Amino acid sequence: MKKLLLTLLLMPFLAMPLAVSASESVSLDKAPIDAADHESLQRGARTFVNYCLNCHSANYMRYNRLLEIGLTEKQIKDNLLLAGEKIGDTMKVAINKKDAAKWFGAAPPDLSVEVRARGADWVYTYMRGFYRDSTRATGWNNTVFDKVGMPHVLYELQGEQELNHETHALKLVKPGKLSVEEYDVLVGDLTNFMAYMAEPAKHQRNQLGWFVLLFLGVLLVLTYKLKKAYWKEIH
Amino acid sequence: MTDKNKSALSSALNGGLNWVDARFPLTSNVKAHLTEYYAPRNFNFWYFFGSLALLVLVLQILTGIFLTMHYKPDADLAFGSVEYIMRDVPWGWLIRYMHSTGASMFFVVVYLHMFRGIIYGSYRNPRELIWLFGVGIFLVLMGEAFFGYLLPWGQMSYWGAQVIVNLFSAIPLIGPDVSEWLRGDYLVSDATLNRFFAFHVIALPFVLVGLVVAHLIALHEVGSNNPDGVEIKKLKDKKTGIPLDGIPFHPYYTVKDLVGVSVFLIVFSAIVFFAPEMGGYFLEANNFVPADPLKTPSHIAPVWYFTPYYSILRAVPPILNSQFPGVAAMGLSVVAFAFLPWLDRSPVKSIRYRGMLYKQWLVAFVVSFLVLGYLGTVPSNIWGQFGAWMGGADRATVVARIFTAVYFLFFILMPWYTKKDKTKPVPERVTG
Repeated sequence: MKKLLLTLLLMPFLAMPLAVSASESVSLDKAPIDAADHESLQRGARTFVNYCLNCHSANYMRYNRLLEIGLTEKQIKDNLLLAGEKIGDTMKVAINKKDAAKWFGAAPPDLSVEVRARGADWVYTYMRGFYRDSTRATGWNNTVFDKVGMPHVLYELQGEQELNHETHALKLVKPGKLSVEEYDVLVGDLTNFMAYMAEPAKHQRNQLGWFVLLFLGVLLVLTYKLKKAYWKEIH
Repeated sequence: MTDKNKSALSSALNGGLNWVDARFPLTSNVKAHLTEYYAPRNFNFWYFFGSLALLVLVLQILTGIFLTMHYKPDADLAFGSVEYIMRDVPWGWLIRYMHSTGASMFFVVVYLHMFRGIIYGSYRNPRELIWLFGVGIFLVLMGEAFFGYLLPWGQMSYWGAQVIVNLFSAIPLIGPDVSEWLRGDYLVSDATLNRFFAFHVIALPFVLVGLVVAHLIALHEVGSNNPDGVEIKKLKDKKTGIPLDGIPFHPYYTVKDLVGVSVFLIVFSAIVFFAPEMGGYFLEANNFVPADPLKTPSHIAPVWYFTPYYSILRAVPPILNSQFPGVAAMGLSVVAFAFLPWLDRSPVKSIRYRGMLYKQWLVAFVVSFLVLGYLGTVPSNIWGQFGAWMGGADRATVVARIFTAVYFLFFILMPWYTKKDKTKPVPERVTG
C-alpha cells in the first residue's frame, strides 16, 4: 500500500520529460553553454553588439554589467558604447518600432530574456538555420522559424545555405568569410552570451547554492540530533 | 556569574513576565498552545506539512514585502520591473525565486497536508470546522496564486488571466457582466493588473492569515487527530488530567518539526538555486515574453497546481452551446472537499483500520487527480484521435472524461462504500 502511494506521488515527475518534448516539433542542436567561460562570453558580447543591437534592443541589460565577464570599463566604452551613451545605460536601440514593423512585418523583439523564452538550443539552431528562399521578401527563410521576418544578418560570415525540401537538410552553397566550424563557434559564443544576458545572476546562483545546501546539511544533522536527544524519554 | 547575580537576574526576568502577564495572557497562551498543548505521540511523516505550510506562508509574506518595494503594477512597467528585480536590485533574484518557488511549494505542501487529512480521517467529528477552515484556506490560496500570476505581465500571465476571467462569462444571464466587473475593462488590461495587485498584496493575504488563525484555534480547541484516528483525550492520567498518549507540543514537536523544516529547506533551496523554472512547471518559458493582447499563444496552460481542475473544465462537454457545465464542474471539483465530513460514514477514521473497498476508491481518486493534473499541462490532442468508431474524439479528452467521472464518484459514492467497507477493530491506545 505504502509503495503504491509513493509511486503515485512520483508519477507527475516521471511524466515531466513527456510534457517538455511534446511541444518540440523541430529537432534542435545542443548549444555550448558555459557561464564560466569569460572569453566566449566576451566574444559573444562583441557579436551581439555589432550585429544584433542595431535592430534588437536588450532593454534590461546594462553595459556595466559586462565588467562581470571580465571586460574593463575602458574596453566597454571604446568598443561597445555608441556616442553619447553612458556605461550605466541599458542596451537600447534607436530603431522606431512602427517603422521596423513596416519593414519586417513585426517589430524585432527585445532580446534581454529571449533565451529564457525560447531556450538556448533554439537560438543556437535558429542562427545557423537560415537558408535562401526566393519566395520570401527578404530572400531568406529559417528551418526553426518558418517565414521569419528577419533577414540573415550574419550571411557574410556564414555564406548562403539551401534547404533540400525532401531530406530537410541544409547545404552550404556559397561559403562566407568563416568556415563552418568557425561560424558554429561564433554562434555558440553569441548564444552563450545571450544565455548569460537572460539571467546574469545564474552563475552566482549556482555557486552560492552549494554553500547553502552545505549549511542546510549541517543544520539537518544538528536538528536531527536535537530531536533524538529530546525524544529519548518518549516510548 | 555568582549565585547572587543569577537570582537577581531571574527575579528581574520574573518581575518583567509578571508585569506582562498582569496585562496580557502571555504565559497562559504559551502554555495553552505550546508547552501544555498535548499532541498524540505517534505523529508520522505526514504530520510535517502543517507546520511547513505555516513556514511557507511566512516566507511568502516576507519575500512579498520586498518584491512590493520594487515592483510596478503598471501594464507598461510591470514586466520590466520584474527584470529590474532580477538584475539591479541587490539579491532581488533570490527574493523573486524564493517567492515564485514558494508559490508552487505552498501547493505541494498543502496538497500533502490535505492528503494526510483524508487518509487519517482528520476531517471527521469533532474536527469538521478545522477542515472547513482548511478548505477556505485552500480556496483563498488558489485565488492568491491566480492574482499573483498576472503580476509579472508575461504572455502566460496575461492569457491565463484572460481565460480564467472569461470562465465567469459562462454563468447564465449575469456572466458577461461579472467578468467585465472583475477585469474592470473589456479585456485584461492595466486596470485589471492594478486590481489584481491590490487583491494579491492586501485583500487575500489578510483573509488567508485570518483563516489560518481560525484553523489553529479550532485545532487547539479539539486537539490533533493522529495516524490511528484514536481520540487521545478519552484516556487521561487520573492525577494530572494529561492524555496518556499525549506529549507537550513544545519541546517535542517543535524540535521534530525543525527536522522537517531542515529537509524542506534543502528541497526548497535546491529548486531556488539550481532549477527555479522546474523545467517550465514553476516558471513557464512563455512568461518571459511580455504580455501582448494581440498575440494569443498556441497553447495556454495554467501552472501545474491548477491543472487537475483545468482538465475537468476541458473534459465536460458544452451543453446547448454553453460552457457553464464545465465551469460548474470545475468549481464543484474544488468545493467537493468541504463535504467530506458528512460524506464519510465509516465507523473508523484512519486508513489503518479501513477495508480494501475504501482503499481502492482512494487509489482511484489519487490516480485520477494525477492523470487529470498531467493532462491539464498538455494540449488535448497530445495522444492523437480515436478512429471513426469514437467519432474521431481526442484520446486525451476521452481519458480526461473517464477520470473526471472517477474523481466525482469518489465523493458521490463515499456514503455507500465507506458504510459497506469491512473495517478492522480500532485499538484503545495509539500504536507505534
